[in-house]
Amino acid sequence: MAPDNFGLGFEETELRLGLPGDGEVMKNSAKAKRGFGEMVNLKLQFSTRKDEKTEKAKSANFLASVNDPEKPPAPKAQVVGWPPVRSYRKNIMTVQAEKSKIDHEGEKSLNGASLVKVSMDGAPYLRKVDLKMYKSYQELSTALESMFSCFTISNFDSQGIKGKDFMNENKLKDLLNGSEFVPTYEDRDGDWMLVGDVPWEMFVESCKRLRIMRGSEAKGLAPRAMEKCKRRI
Amino acid sequence: MSEEDEGGGGGGPESDIAPPFSDQVLENVLESVLQFLTSRRDRNAASLVCRSWYRAEARTRRDLFIGNCYAVSPRRAIRRFSCVRAVVLKGKPRFADFSLVPHGWGAHFYPWVVDMASSYPFLEKICLKRMTIKDDDLSLIAQSFPFFKDLSLICCDGFSTVGLAIIAEKCRCLRVLDLIEDYIEDEEDDAVDWISKFPETTTTLESLVFDCVGSAFNFDALEALVSRSPRLRQLRVNHHVAVEQLRRLMARAPQLTHLGTGAFRSAFPGPGGGGGGEPEFDLLSSFASSKSLVCLSGFREVEPEYLPAIYPVCATLTSLNFSYAYLTADELKPVICHCHNLQTFWVLDTVGDEGLQAVAETCSDLRELRVFPLDATEDSEGSVSDIGLQAISEGCPKLRSILYFCQRMTNAAVVAMSKNCPDLVVFRLCIMGRHRPDRITGEPMDEGFGAIVMNCKKLTRLSVSGLLTDKAFEYIGKYGKLVRTLSVAFAGDSDLGLRYVLEGCSRLQKLEIRDSPFGDSALLSGLQYYYHMRFLWMSSCKLSIRGCRDVAQSLPHLVVEVINDTVEDGDTENVEKLYMYRSLEVPRDDMPPFVKIL
Repeated sequence: MAPDNFGLGFEETELRLGLPGDGEVMKNSAKAKRGFGEMVNLKLQFSTRKDEKTEKAKSANFLASVNDPEKPPAPKAQVVGWPPVRSYRKNIMTVQAEKSKIDHEGEKSLNGASLVKVSMDGAPYLRKVDLKMYKSYQELSTALESMFSCFTISNFDSQGIKGKDFMNENKLKDLLNGSEFVPTYEDRDGDWMLVGDVPWEMFVESCKRLRIMRGSEAKGLAPRAMEKCKRRI
Repeated sequence: MSEEDEGGGGGGPESDIAPPFSDQVLENVLESVLQFLTSRRDRNAASLVCRSWYRAEARTRRDLFIGNCYAVSPRRAIRRFSCVRAVVLKGKPRFADFSLVPHGWGAHFYPWVVDMASSYPFLEKICLKRMTIKDDDLSLIAQSFPFFKDLSLICCDGFSTVGLAIIAEKCRCLRVLDLIEDYIEDEEDDAVDWISKFPETTTTLESLVFDCVGSAFNFDALEALVSRSPRLRQLRVNHHVAVEQLRRLMARAPQLTHLGTGAFRSAFPGPGGGGGGEPEFDLLSSFASSKSLVCLSGFREVEPEYLPAIYPVCATLTSLNFSYAYLTADELKPVICHCHNLQTFWVLDTVGDEGLQAVAETCSDLRELRVFPLDATEDSEGSVSDIGLQAISEGCPKLRSILYFCQRMTNAAVVAMSKNCPDLVVFRLCIMGRHRPDRITGEPMDEGFGAIVMNCKKLTRLSVSGLLTDKAFEYIGKYGKLVRTLSVAFAGDSDLGLRYVLEGCSRLQKLEIRDSPFGDSALLSGLQYYYHMRFLWMSSCKLSIRGCRDVAQSLPHLVVEVINDTVEDGDTENVEKLYMYRSLEVPRDDMPPFVKIL
């Protein structure tokens, strides 16, 4: 793994799919968007990330080429226009790869944010939130409320042990019996969990996407949430 | 002889002397016969018979094909062909697709549309490839041609949704609007809602292709448009359409034959989909009702659980494009096993050799296969190899056209394909690692490509790759007698390689070479052939200014362009990029500062 080789002075040695003289043109014209896509493509290749989840072939090493420890750490300098795949196609695959990374892993994107999709049952559109922008469940709850203001969300901030945001059993039961909406999330294992289960920091690390479900539908999640809760205690 | 519209190469006789009356009658009769002649090559031949035939042919030609927009001026073309209804124009050299031609090189549609606007009032069709067309040009089309029906833009740039809105609104007879792999200049936020601009009445639309238009659009407007377009048979939407919306479109247009599915996933994430119900099942019923579908594409951001929805149409599909869909072999197999009638298949190499084996087992009627790389870099793992190629050759004997990207190949597999698929017309093999030899024997790939030119007697287009010596070019020159298009990269040992090709390939029209050790002497050896070719491209070879200047001076009707990356590079002896083409005109005057014409 040698992403750091390209950390310093990367801009100087920047290898782009466009030609050197093109840089200035690209910045100023409408083609800048396209040019960026080409540059991003290269960056993703250099900053290969060893992926922990080997069972999900799709999320594993989407654009990485260096897995084999015997191979030299640095990929060969890329030649302009080779292999001869149209920039149009390359751009699409790059964008799809980025989307897929965010969808399947909810990982840090290039700028260190933790963007996850938020859907609400019955809403015609989705939103995205950066979990790193909030410090607690309360803050997230407020943000989501304003995003989906036409619907009601229950406040899922929990009472309980000071400093730890654990959900207690009684409050959970109250919530689920109502027809209010409850927030759920998909964790790294692919399980759908009730939000508020685990300490906030742990939640941010493990959350891949959020779904605000109708309370009645969320019932099936509760036993699992309880189980995980108990195991941790 | 010449493949171009100008028939006999030179300017041709002027028809300014009126022929005697009896000849005039004969010409009229001839015209009524010639209008049935549609092939441009036949027409070119007919125009060479005599002046009378030349004039009659010129008056009856409806389809104007111009393979290089700089080979002839609009004025000249219009002066000869006065009754044209359809124009095809091609601009930039193909290597522009791979960022080898700097932005702003040329190929502007403007001078053509300006002249055609005044001279071709009955123009119905325009098809442009690799040209720069601005919104103003689109506006000029809309206002100048009242009978305008078909617009196809392929790999073009320079226009935005503003121009599309004008076309939608003003071209009342619009039948075809096909936007294929174009660069649309909008920023996402500035995009105009062009779909809403189509007239409110029933339209004559037959084909609407806009998967390359990246910006979002008003879906309700599209749904309404589809509802009032009873003749619509082809619809390819962009990735802003998810399956829930696709269903609605399919319901409005059950007569569709060609469908581009957009993003083949739900608009809502999570188990069961946000809307409740079973979207997979609903989508299945949509496909079951679309009995006319023969061509499917799109599948961007595909969620494999939706793939079974297309099973009802698989058996009637003749064309399937999965080349933007990340699918594994296991995800492909249950789909492809139903596609017995498939003739065209585009796919990503993520399906691996195993996936290709599955294709070979079912698609015995396959004519065209394209396997694209997910990771288009030299060092990528590569998921397909000679094993996949071999399997395809055994299962698909009717194959005519193949484009295959891989990292590992053997001569044996290529030889096998040359024998199993004798109908091959297009063979494009791209071994992505440069100079890579046969993975088993370690030998150059000469024998494989040699077998292709030797055994595939109908071959007209060839792209070579891997480790290749001059021997490969000797084979190509000796056996590739019908080859019209040849693409060479990182190949050959010496000037001899290029000489073999120039001397041997008598039908060669388009030759594009990069990063190969061919120099001035080889370039000069081809002087007698360059007027028979549409163009020659050579980049990162061993050419010098002196050699190129010699060519330019020897051949006055050849435009010799030396293209540099920046203006400053223009002073070196070395020629980094050479693009030369025959032309009836003086060299163009619209070239940017980094292009020098010798």
